[in-house]
Amino acid sequence: MGQTAFEKIWNAHRVAELGDGTDLILVDRVLLHERTGGVALKSLADSGRQVNDPAQVFATMDHIVDTLPNRSDYTIMPTGRDFILATREASEAAGITLFDLHDPRQGIVHVISPELGIILPGATLVCPDSHTCSQGALGGLAWGIGSSEAEHVLATSTLRVNKPKTMRVTITGKLSPGVTAKDLALYIISEVGSAGAVGHLLEYAGEAVSDLEVEARLTLCNMATELGAFTAFIAPDEKVFSYLKGRDYAPKGAEWDLAVSQWKEIFSDDDAVFDRDITIAGEDVPPMVSWGVSPQQAAPIDGPVPQFEDVSSRDSREIYDRALSYMALEAGLPLSAVPIDAAFIGSCTNSRMSDLRRAAALLKGRKVAPHVKAICVPGSTAVKKRAEEEGLDKIFLEAGFEWRESGCSMCFFAGGESFGAEERVVTSTNRNFESRQGPKTRSHLASPETVAASAIFGHIADARLLAKESVQ
Amino acid sequence: MKPIRQVTSRAIPLIVNNIDTDLIIPSREMKSVSKTGLSDGLFAGWRYTEVGGRDPNPDFVLNGPTYTGAEILLTGDNMGCGSSREHAAWALAEYGIRVVIARSFNPIFRGNCIRNGILPIKADPEPLAACEGELTVDLEALLISCDGGGQWAFGLETEARDMLLEGLDPIDLTLKRAAEIAAFRETDRTARPWIYNLKAD
Ligand code: SF4
Repeated sequence: MGQTAFEKIWNAHRVAELGDGTDLILVDRVLLHERTGGVALKSLADSGRQVNDPAQVFATMDHIVDTLPNRSDYTIMPTGRDFILATREASEAAGITLFDLHDPRQGIVHVISPELGIILPGATLVCPDSHTCSQGALGGLAWGIGSSEAEHVLATSTLRVNKPKTMRVTITGKLSPGVTAKDLALYIISEVGSAGAVGHLLEYAGEAVSDLEVEARLTLCNMATELGAFTAFIAPDEKVFSYLKGRDYAPKGAEWDLAVSQWKEIFSDDDAVFDRDITIAGEDVPPMVSWGVSPQQAAPIDGPVPQFEDVSSRDSREIYDRALSYMALEAGLPLSAVPIDAAFIGSCTNSRMSDLRRAAALLKGRKVAPHVKAICVPGSTAVKKRAEEEGLDKIFLEAGFEWRESGCSMCFFAGGESFGAEERVVTSTNRNFESRQGPKTRSHLASPETVAASAIFGHIADARLLAKESVQ
Repeated sequence: MKPIRQVTSRAIPLIVNNIDTDLIIPSREMKSVSKTGLSDGLFAGWRYTEVGGRDPNPDFVLNGPTYTGAEILLTGDNMGCGSSREHAAWALAEYGIRVVIARSFNPIFRGNCIRNGILPIKADPEPLAACEGELTVDLEALLISCDGGGQWAFGLETEARDMLLEGLDPIDLTLKRAAEIAAFRETDRTARPWIYNLKAD
């Protein structure tokens, strides 16, 4: 019987079987950030242990650092500086690589790792952060871990892992024009449900997935944790190899050739068996926007807020009613008429060059509605610099967007900057939980295109209308 | 970590279902860059009269004199559900809880308990709550007994039991295999040199 790509990588990393379905797995790369990484390093040192291979460990400052201009170690979050200083000191003491506040390689951990060639096909990578699943887009096995596991992997270069089941999601055919990887991610979650992939490694396959560029694949894989998946994975191909070639930590010279020859073997065999296999037709996927407080509560942007009967297979009456009352929406209301207060482009889901370029193309020559607070936060310092070289910053600024330093920013509220209570935000992020972006903030997840179009109209808006309309 | 063999203490009855990790330690209480300093925030929403305050709520079970220093907690179904934050286990351990008895556990929370030296026991809490006096939990014998009479057996995986008995954490266990791991890496290095040829600058 054939093997899945996942099994090939897993077996190559299995140091020992520990019984009860648990294996000791070799970990090739560890990523840390200042919100959880500093704690792990400090606690490791306090217990008298050392980092086994510091060269394989990278840390960045993304979660707590401010993204306003002229930022420093002093943050809007009252105790943020403690996290920054602790991470800096602990990184130095442990001898690991830190992309500090003013380092040109700084950025959101899941944005910089592919950008720097830290995640590689066939490699295992972990990070104490649930959106580590994004990085499976490059054909590596990358997953989020807890605090104790972070210490474990730092100390031993391995993890004790319960082998996940496998689930393949095949997207056949083509996505329609104006439909993005973000819409696809939201569509899959609304179909499969937010616990639909619990305990499974999720492999995305099919023509519509192969057609996606690497950055779009990162967006798709980013939201696998919103399905409860162990992680997501896409078999590496020529697009991935050419994306990685020449990047800072990617192999060079003869090692590059050797690596690529091995990476070409990472695919699921035709006769490989998945524990679950589902198929979605690419043509069926519309632009989506979330209406509730869970990513599975999403619907086509040109339709209404669903009736309870439409979602009753997944949400109980209580959960449905609570979501609508939190979001201050009513069933049947056309989604694209809902007025907004704010628009946010950023986060590890959608803050890469391609995202900013597509949003800027819509914003060019247009203005954000006067009452809308609009913010663009590039995913990394490198993205920001590149965007500025292309003049995108001017387009955002002239349209009325703020143009920020890179970081997680208002993707989540950790006690620092946030949107206001009851403010309605259209956002390119990945979680619309209650108070995720600020106390009592109402978040609508969508693509960067939808965020840009909504910012211009001042209400949730279908970007396809804007793309057709000529610029005045 | 402190090994667990026998724990004898009053059992704190907090028999509520679905106690999530946010109830165990609210996120507003997780302000520091460390695993410690969390015990004051344990059950903060119930324990204090006001959000963010420190005035004890006299009606909350932990605040009465009966359970001062108690090391056993009795809870209901689905204990530790919600966010996977390990702070919940850290807060309980720092407060001094050594044994959590629940009708059922969230698996992540349960794993975090074992990793942090807390013994999770799946058992019906009601008869235990009826015990007048102290409970003794004997991890070697896998037995709970009430000093006023009554005994209950419980189960635990061998590895978890050994870890708790010896006061080891999973890192200690894995470090016993350090030579095996090093040898595996050496072989792997020739096959995939680019994984190892990294310069930290
Ligand atoms: S951008 Fe948001 S989702 Fe991504 S790592 Fe940062 S806080 Fe998490």
